[in-house]
Amino acid sequence: MATDEIHQAAGPEPTGPGPTGSGPTGSGPTGPAHRVAEGPAGGDATAPAGRGPGRAGGSSTEGGVLNVFSHGILVLWALMVGVPLLWVLWSSFKDSNGILTDPWGLPTVLHWENWSNAWDEANMGRYFVNTSIVVGGSVVGTMVLGSMAAYVLARFTFPGNRIVYYLFVAGMSFPVFMLVIPLFFVMRDFPGSSLLATYHGLILVYIAYSLPFTVFFMTAFFRTLPTSVAEAAMIDGASHTRTFFQVMLPMAKPGLISIGIFNFLGQWNQYLLPMVLNQQEDKYVLTQGLAMIALQQGYENDWGALMAGMVIAMLPVLVVYAVFQRQVQAGLTAGALK
Amino acid sequence: MQHGKYRFIAGFLAPPLIVYAVFVVSPFVQAFQISLTDWSGLVGSARFVGADNFVRLWESDEFWNALRHNVYMLAFVPLVTLALGLFFAFMLNVGGRRRRNEVVTGVAGARFYTFVFFFPQVISITIIAVIWFNIYNPDPDDGMLNSLLGAVGLDGLQNAWLGEKSIALWCISAVMVWGHVGFYVVLFSAAMASIPRDIYEAALLDGASRHHTFFRITLPLLWDTVQTGWVYMGIIALDAFALVQIMSVNMGGPDGATDVMPLRLYLTAFRDSQYGYAAAMGVAMLAVTMAFAVLTLRFARRERIEY
Repeated sequence: MATDEIHQAAGPEPTGPGPTGSGPTGSGPTGPAHRVAEGPAGGDATAPAGRGPGRAGGSSTEGGVLNVFSHGILVLWALMVGVPLLWVLWSSFKDSNGILTDPWGLPTVLHWENWSNAWDEANMGRYFVNTSIVVGGSVVGTMVLGSMAAYVLARFTFPGNRIVYYLFVAGMSFPVFMLVIPLFFVMRDFPGSSLLATYHGLILVYIAYSLPFTVFFMTAFFRTLPTSVAEAAMIDGASHTRTFFQVMLPMAKPGLISIGIFNFLGQWNQYLLPMVLNQQEDKYVLTQGLAMIALQQGYENDWGALMAGMVIAMLPVLVVYAVFQRQVQAGLTAGALK
Repeated sequence: MQHGKYRFIAGFLAPPLIVYAVFVVSPFVQAFQISLTDWSGLVGSARFVGADNFVRLWESDEFWNALRHNVYMLAFVPLVTLALGLFFAFMLNVGGRRRRNEVVTGVAGARFYTFVFFFPQVISITIIAVIWFNIYNPDPDDGMLNSLLGAVGLDGLQNAWLGEKSIALWCISAVMVWGHVGFYVVLFSAAMASIPRDIYEAALLDGASRHHTFFRITLPLLWDTVQTGWVYMGIIALDAFALVQIMSVNMGGPDGATDVMPLRLYLTAFRDSQYGYAAAMGVAMLAVTMAFAVLTLRFARRERIEY
């Protein structure tokens, strides 16, 4: 978990409990997120134990039959995960024939045209743009609306505060499958015009379904921030709104980054909601486009383009994961233990 | 500064609350309503039918078939996923041999393994489904798995995989395990990192084997995490929609062998337009999910160990 980084970034109160989001307030999950947040000695040098020891290896021996055996399993699993993903990459340079008849073979000639075929003819370019518009809008919307609600719920006492908080948090336990049928009709019969297969409709739905966890996470985060700075700003004459946007939001940056990545990944990979609410081909997002091509895939179809399309869909996620590896892992594991 | 307070609270709370109420809370309430009607999607055509949909559901062999598959997955997937996750996390955090200054340490390359193992967790389920669809390709030369088995001389194990009624469901379950193990490695690693080192050191000084260390120290101290992870994985096993929809032969085939509740609901609603009946399935799924979560948390409860 990124406790140590967040500590530094949170600045004003370095001795406070690690505001990794869920734990410190006591209302968070009782699971590991809690324990990790309070982690070993509050995020000092020992905090990333288990992540660091790779470096320490080398000179010392790790002999023994047991080690050979268990190391073998680790390598085997790494291959089982890594090879299929690399296979997608190298298949994206092969022609359909090569993918089908020699699945393990490396490409003899690099078929770059797969990529342009995927982008143009298989409409991946269009789906990529659609996905970017929807996810861009909804991540920003989720962050703004989610932190507004969380800030108010964390910092102000007013009648109904608890009710609203639990109303949001309860949303984490609604199975989306149960909601899609009524949701479809809420969208179809929306006053004014149907929201089905529109960017703004999809954005609103993504925001709504991301709010429960975002509010939960950010409420815990805002509670850990010091009150003194906000009070000073108020005394200097800043309004509540101004205090929020100019003082509290910048201070909450580490939390915003964690939850932002979490929402980005979840929304980029969303499948069920667009499947039901976005059944118009020119508005498809990447996951729908890929599923459609895969489901229609026959003998004469372009497997190379499908593979290139998959790489195109994976690239943004791969980049985010590679850059923010620890935040991604921390965010997703905290997210699961809602 | 109190005068503007309530206006500020209302102004900040209203937009998120309205969006949430319209798209999440109101569908939740409506799901129960719709499940009591024979609605087919045309405005004004819904008729109140009471519990008819639920009676029909109770008598539906198709739904029981789908539910049974979900229950198989519920028994198999979390068990295997969590066991592998625990094993790998232990290896990566505690399993290494003594080094110069550290008594307790993971095996070499732990960071790399964690990075690779976690990767399926961040990519779309659609992509995972397409990849495994190709791995399971039944052709002995074209299928990745079959050609691999052929190459190492295990032709006898070659199979039609997703096309074979008796194993198709397990093939899909295996993909679920594959996709989620990395997540539990990270989750359990985080929990293990918070176990005080001196407990391990004391155990090792007393001559405890790794086997002992795992069952007497790590597992008991991790029990809360394991339990929560179990519920989470169980909920995933009750879903399986995208995997079955994309990978299985004829959506839920061969011959219904991989059918699952969410797929049934999806087809009943959006292919057959029987929205009332499908909504009843949704309510039934909610009941199954809740029952599972409550039972797990009740039976897995142990005295919490403070440290």
